[in-house]
Amino acid sequence: MADIPSSELGAGLTIAARAQALLAQIGRLPVLMLIAVIWLGLMLAVAILADLITPYPYTQMDLHNRLSRPVFMGGDWAHPLGTDELGRDVLSRLIASIRMSLLIAFGATIIGAVIGVTLGFVAAHFRGFIEQIVLALVDFSAAIPFLVLALAVLALFGNSITLFVCLLGLHAWERYARIARGLAISGNAQGYSAAVHQLGASPLRLYGRHILPNIASTLIVSMTLAFPEIILLESGLSFLGLGVQPPNTSLGNMVGFGREYLSSAPWIMLAPAFVITITALCISLVGDGLRDKLDPTLT
Amino acid sequence: MTASPTPLLSAQDLARTYGVRRGIVGRATNVRAVDGVTLTISRGETLGLVGESGCGKSTTARLLLGMDRADEGQVRFDGAPMPRSGTPGWAALRKRMQLVFQDPMSALDRRLPIGLQIREPLEIHHMGTRAEQNARVAAVMAEVGLQPHHADRHPHALSGGQRQRAVIARALVTQPDLLVCDEPISALDVSIQAQVMNLLVELQERLGMGMLFVSHDLRAVRQISHRVAVMYLGRIVEEGTPDDILHAPAHPYSQALVSAIPHPGKIARRIVLQGDPPNPADRPAGCAFHPRCPMASMPCRTQTPQLKPRPSDGRRVACHVAQGEISPGHVGQLELS
Amino acid sequence: MLHYLGTRLLRATVSVVMVVTFVFIVLRMSGDPAIVIMGADAPPEAVDAFRTAWGLDQPIWVQYISFFKAILGGDLGQSMRDGRDAVAVVLERVPSTLALTVPAFMLNVGIGIPAGVYAALHRNTAVDRIVMVMAVTGFAMPSFILAMLLVLVFSVNLGWLPSAGQDSWFNAILPIATMGFGGAALLARFTRSAMLEVLGQSYIRTASAKGLSWSAVVWRHALQNAAIPTVTIIGFMLGGLVAGAVVVESVFSWPGVGRLLVVSVSNRDLAVVQTIVLMIALTMVTANLVVDILYGLLDPKMQSQTRPARA
Repeated sequence: MADIPSSELGAGLTIAARAQALLAQIGRLPVLMLIAVIWLGLMLAVAILADLITPYPYTQMDLHNRLSRPVFMGGDWAHPLGTDELGRDVLSRLIASIRMSLLIAFGATIIGAVIGVTLGFVAAHFRGFIEQIVLALVDFSAAIPFLVLALAVLALFGNSITLFVCLLGLHAWERYARIARGLAISGNAQGYSAAVHQLGASPLRLYGRHILPNIASTLIVSMTLAFPEIILLESGLSFLGLGVQPPNTSLGNMVGFGREYLSSAPWIMLAPAFVITITALCISLVGDGLRDKLDPTLT
Repeated sequence: MTASPTPLLSAQDLARTYGVRRGIVGRATNVRAVDGVTLTISRGETLGLVGESGCGKSTTARLLLGMDRADEGQVRFDGAPMPRSGTPGWAALRKRMQLVFQDPMSALDRRLPIGLQIREPLEIHHMGTRAEQNARVAAVMAEVGLQPHHADRHPHALSGGQRQRAVIARALVTQPDLLVCDEPISALDVSIQAQVMNLLVELQERLGMGMLFVSHDLRAVRQISHRVAVMYLGRIVEEGTPDDILHAPAHPYSQALVSAIPHPGKIARRIVLQGDPPNPADRPAGCAFHPRCPMASMPCRTQTPQLKPRPSDGRRVACHVAQGEISPGHVGQLELS
Repeated sequence: MLHYLGTRLLRATVSVVMVVTFVFIVLRMSGDPAIVIMGADAPPEAVDAFRTAWGLDQPIWVQYISFFKAILGGDLGQSMRDGRDAVAVVLERVPSTLALTVPAFMLNVGIGIPAGVYAALHRNTAVDRIVMVMAVTGFAMPSFILAMLLVLVFSVNLGWLPSAGQDSWFNAILPIATMGFGGAALLARFTRSAMLEVLGQSYIRTASAKGLSWSAVVWRHALQNAAIPTVTIIGFMLGGLVAGAVVVESVFSWPGVGRLLVVSVSNRDLAVVQTIVLMIALTMVTANLVVDILYGLLDPKMQSQTRPARA
């Protein structure tokens, strides 16, 4: 009888080998996707390195240089994207805003995924009455457009970054719940989760080691598809003055403030507007690509 | 066939009814999937459970494993009552009784290599050190005829036969006393079926575990079983040795089943049953088989026959006519082709 | 079919009840509802009167019942700004919002569906690509940005159209265009994929092989089958329309319900906020119910209901 070495069975590829494979895949992407990935990488880099690359602190006012034009409209390189009504450098504010908006979007997506997956698993595992409650909550989410719900909560509880992020997190929870519940149920009925349960495994082991990894790719695709929606939501709410509050700045915030100067200094609003649109577009493209590759059954 | 003082598994008057409702505002109909099943399995013995789809054999298997809770009756494993599904007692009992599924692909996690999956029961029940577990996995893989390099493969990279061997290996890794096989070869190619059957027979002889073999395929059942029970609409209608049932079936349903087995070179008289296939939601009164039975008579419509040894040779059969209590009637029709 | 309707109705009712409960809970959680609704500087006697009127000194479940009864009776408190009945304040704004949303919806459907169908029928041609690009842009560009761009181009630079207020029907053009475009893009994209999926089915090839002309195939088979999933997404779009109204009305200072909501949220005029939330929820639930009924009528699978037995 041959011996299986006592190191891990099926150790698989090393991290380096996996990274190499990933890069090779990226190199094979169609041009559009490549551009999208590059842009997103750029945004990510900006968000992470914000403090290092910002030319000025984003709250720094330069009252001598108010509403100065950006470089491509006749201004000078001191303020490549111009300044706003308080003389603050638009580029610096843009960098800080990118970081804030991305941070909020990431946080909200992860919160939504955790809540959604947990509730989905709970519904699938216990079925019966508990499942009905979860389904009723899903109906409830569908009964009010999320924007309205968010506004109502913001009206009642005022505004703080934590509340805002948690609130946005609730935006897409039912999608993750549906995915989690659907796969857990189909696995439970006649599949490996029935088999693993039959082996005597605890539910924790079942959900943690088997079901969760199997829904991971579908989940990630769904999260990627929902990510731009959160960015758009956040910018919409901030634009209305109800999201990120000064002195913090976010992309929507900037657009909101730039609104008053639409005719006199449109660049204040154009830069963040551009970033919002392009970023949402790129994430969508990547999400669609991921979905086509990993799980075409998702809508 | 050795009988131990305490049978390994015994079930008494098991019944299981499912309520089927047509939505929230519909009427409820009760489907009695298992209706009074009594059987025992001893160590080292294989009981074959045979019948068509919907007769309740899979439900019976689930009840015997304790995966489902019987509405009536009791299941005892090694003398002790079966704990409820999901309790720690039930989970701990899993290392002594295991299930081999019909579809190996869906019984395996498609993401993990099968070596890890075979090892998993050992991890769950905390049996041995990691090194001991790996050694045990290697041993059981060899027993079922898998090569060591298969351990790193994912289920979809294996053939159907190899997958089912992996499932069997996983079931055997904790050295259980009872193995329940629910249609283990139905999903396999015909050429592979024979291999897996031979493997199961050999494993049972070598390891001496009790086995419940559930199938609709009489020939497979015959190959591996020491005793056979025929089920129809949730009841056992006949019980006996494979040879007895195959060569001299007593119950009209068994006779029809047996006559449907093709014999090469022999032109058989095939019994074709009239009437609709059995529907557990719409159980006929009296003997459940009477609408289709070629020998049914008036009492068959009202009195449910009991499973008991018949006077002539002690064969256990649930049929008024086979018991000699009444003479054959013509309620159903006999057609020979 | 009747059974299907019954369940849908039940779920709709439950949803509405849940929304009411949600408003109730959230209102209680955010502080003393009397102060919260009447405002911090309301005179103490008025606050006390409010308290008794709303039964706020009673046990919580009594409050819940009276809250429910008040709502059913149409009383949702007074607006903080002018003391008028919140329901009246909201209702008088509804026509303005409808003046935007109804044409926008018609634009959505009128442009979106034909565009999607056309793109599907002429796959991979220039038109298809244009439609897809516009669809994706419509999704990625939030309505407020589109609104402002339109204002920038048509109001500021070209001076053709006004950008705020409700003086004449000219004012409605940009808002309707904004909302119309976003929804149309989404609908076009979805219709296109629904059509593509239907066109790929074998029965289309069969119909064509039978000698049916291509337009007859499209009209008689493809469109009807693609209509089924499209109907469901229209219900989903309604939510987008409502959300769009909120933003667009704010950008264009259009005095509708959406703008009222934003203003009331800023002012914490909670009676109005809760009224609007409840009204929107009721509308959405009803609309979804109608969509479900339409779906039930369209999809022949729903006509004959046979439930499989659970095993």
